[in-house]
Amino acid sequence: MSIDAASRSEPAPVAFYNNPKVRSATYQIALSALVGFLVFEAASNAVHHLERAHIASGFGFWNNAAGFDISQALIEYNSQVSTYGRAFWVGLLNTLVVAGLGIVFATVLGFIIGIAQLSTNWLVAHTAGGYVETIRNIPLLLQLLFWYNAVLKALPDTRDSYAFGGAFLNNRGLVLPNPIGETGEGVFVLTIISGILAAWLFRVWAKRRQARTGEQAPLFAVGAALVILPAALFVMLQGLPFSFDMPQRGRFNITGGFEVLPEFAALLFGLSIYTAAFIAEVVRAGILAVSRGQTEAAYALGLRPRATLRLIVLPQAMRVIVPPLTSQYLNLTKNSSLAVAIGYPDLVQVFTGTVLNQTGQAVEVVAITMAVYLTISLATSLLMNIYNSQIALVEK
Amino acid sequence: MTTMEGDRDITDIKFVRATAIEARPAPVPMSGARGWMRANLLSTPFNIVLTILIVLLLAWVANELAKFLIFNAVWSGTDRNACLESIQHREIGACWPFVWERWSYFVYGSYPIPQRWRVDLFFVMLAVGVVWLLWLEAPRRDLGVVYSFIVLPVVSYILLHGFELIGMPLVDTVLWGGVLVTVVVASVGIVLSLPLGILLALGRRSRMPTVKLFSVMFIEFVRGVPLITVLFMASVMLPLFVPEALEPDKLLRALIGIALFASAYMAEVVRAGLQAIPKGQFEGAMAVGLGYWQMMRLIILPQALKITIPNIVNTYIGLFKDTTLVFIVGIFDFLRTIEVARIDPKWATPVTSTTGYVVAAVFYLVFCYGMSRYARAMEARLAKGDSR
Repeated sequence: MSIDAASRSEPAPVAFYNNPKVRSATYQIALSALVGFLVFEAASNAVHHLERAHIASGFGFWNNAAGFDISQALIEYNSQVSTYGRAFWVGLLNTLVVAGLGIVFATVLGFIIGIAQLSTNWLVAHTAGGYVETIRNIPLLLQLLFWYNAVLKALPDTRDSYAFGGAFLNNRGLVLPNPIGETGEGVFVLTIISGILAAWLFRVWAKRRQARTGEQAPLFAVGAALVILPAALFVMLQGLPFSFDMPQRGRFNITGGFEVLPEFAALLFGLSIYTAAFIAEVVRAGILAVSRGQTEAAYALGLRPRATLRLIVLPQAMRVIVPPLTSQYLNLTKNSSLAVAIGYPDLVQVFTGTVLNQTGQAVEVVAITMAVYLTISLATSLLMNIYNSQIALVEK
Repeated sequence: MTTMEGDRDITDIKFVRATAIEARPAPVPMSGARGWMRANLLSTPFNIVLTILIVLLLAWVANELAKFLIFNAVWSGTDRNACLESIQHREIGACWPFVWERWSYFVYGSYPIPQRWRVDLFFVMLAVGVVWLLWLEAPRRDLGVVYSFIVLPVVSYILLHGFELIGMPLVDTVLWGGVLVTVVVASVGIVLSLPLGILLALGRRSRMPTVKLFSVMFIEFVRGVPLITVLFMASVMLPLFVPEALEPDKLLRALIGIALFASAYMAEVVRAGLQAIPKGQFEGAMAVGLGYWQMMRLIILPQALKITIPNIVNTYIGLFKDTTLVFIVGIFDFLRTIEVARIDPKWATPVTSTTGYVVAAVFYLVFCYGMSRYARAMEARLAKGDSR
């Protein structure tokens, strides 16, 4: 009886300061107070500094005239009239263009090299491996400077431009013939779009039929015919619905045509080549993660190596590949900010560079720039999580 | 008499071979050098084409490299005239005398020449620390940790920055440059990012909501923005946030930026390691009565860090490459010294840039490749313990 009573009694009294709840609350309050104090201190110091330096605060500068030129603007931009806000959008678009194109090139190159690393051909595998090891271990900034200063800037000047097929390449960039739409352009574009649509519908139908009857259809031939034939017919009947504005070589510069800045080319090259090495590793790891039995089973069914890769291995590997692939895309987007080193007018160069120097409003400008990148990152990881939950293996 | 079934079968046979079949050729050897080539280089027509193309490509690259680096290179000279095609009347490759002359600038930056022995001493001490830590059979590695993480930072600071009481004149960080700055930035980043990253990772897994919130906010914020913007923030905004008396100098600002950036990435690496530790380890540690810090220090972290060593080294490689970005906020790291030297009119020729970049590429390649080899070796070594 007495033993029972003892064991049911209250737990041994714990000192106040040893109570886990009290401790946890104390730590959290202390941490919050510390962070709050630091933020307050930083803010009051910043206000004090800005007042002394007579620097305006707030986002009023957004609507002021910018007064500087931007070498590549995808939307209308005029140094006299356009505002800092307009300059922000120009820079953001430039960032998105170089990042978007870079992602496409890096993905294609990265998949080729990643698969090549696992080739049965010893030479192919080791060359691909050598590419990955070399490119991954040299800083991106150095590669960008190399492409820009040592390759593109070392090209001949305007007078001695390389000319090929109406295009010119010199140390001021690449000038391409610029297609200009003429009458019937809209119908032509519509023809091509409906051709692509028809090819896609045919593909859907063929896949369904194959699932039902097992019969295969010549997908590629029919698809190509559906896209090309109507367009070719249109050209035969109507003539080309657009003409080319051919670049003309003058004495000192090249007029007309569509100009690609050397800064843009260098950045695109550098980003694609660098990120491709990382994507190759991601792809290799993903393919290795698919168990060997899958390949062997596919061979046992009589599939050829390429069909095995395309139909059996890659679809399963994608589940492993996609999450790290996305983070490589994000890295590429963030790395495009290195544009500032070679003078490509991306968001950081235009906004954190020129606008910051002109307005002196460091806090606002850096905050806006960071917010843009944060939005891109967080939006991407949100989409990623949704995608992940959709393709995740459903187990038990 | 009816014939037996077997007899009828025999009468149906129309052909019986009377002579031996000719011997077929021996199967293609699949071993030895020729067999290896057949299996690994020439297995299908497609592979044969690929092999030929790659051999041609490699031959072309090797030839161009050899021409540029050795056969057409200029090995001696005093200024740009030695490396100009229009003066030398021959094809010019790398301009090595430019590198010889500027080498000390690449290593020390503008560090005063009479004081450069201090930098050399720092390099030697650092090398000792690195070897002591990385060489797993080294004697007294516990002392190595004390040396590398306590003695070395203090002594290096005194050595590099100067301490007038013992007769070492102060050297302003504006004068630091080249490999010295790259090594200082990388080492500070490496030394600070691990403990900070561990704290952040523990914070992110903490059960205290405030601690978790702040950790997640910091990690996600820093990982979501490019390093350049963090460096801009450190170099432009940090001076605004602190009282004038505490205003950090340019190099210190960049160091703070790099360390914070690296610690956010390190936190995620460590978190992955923590997640890999089975729950039983935590429960076991609590069952024997260990407190939170004892549990982490004695049971969890040693296991978690062990399995993350390869990833930690990979983060370090990234950090080492990222040190080049301090260039953009105006610090004379190794890459910046090359960038400055290559446009110096004394040596500016069409080949100077490429020569400088080749030197830089080799420098980074050697260090990063060395680190990644070390990580691979560690991985193999650790895998050995886990294989049954």
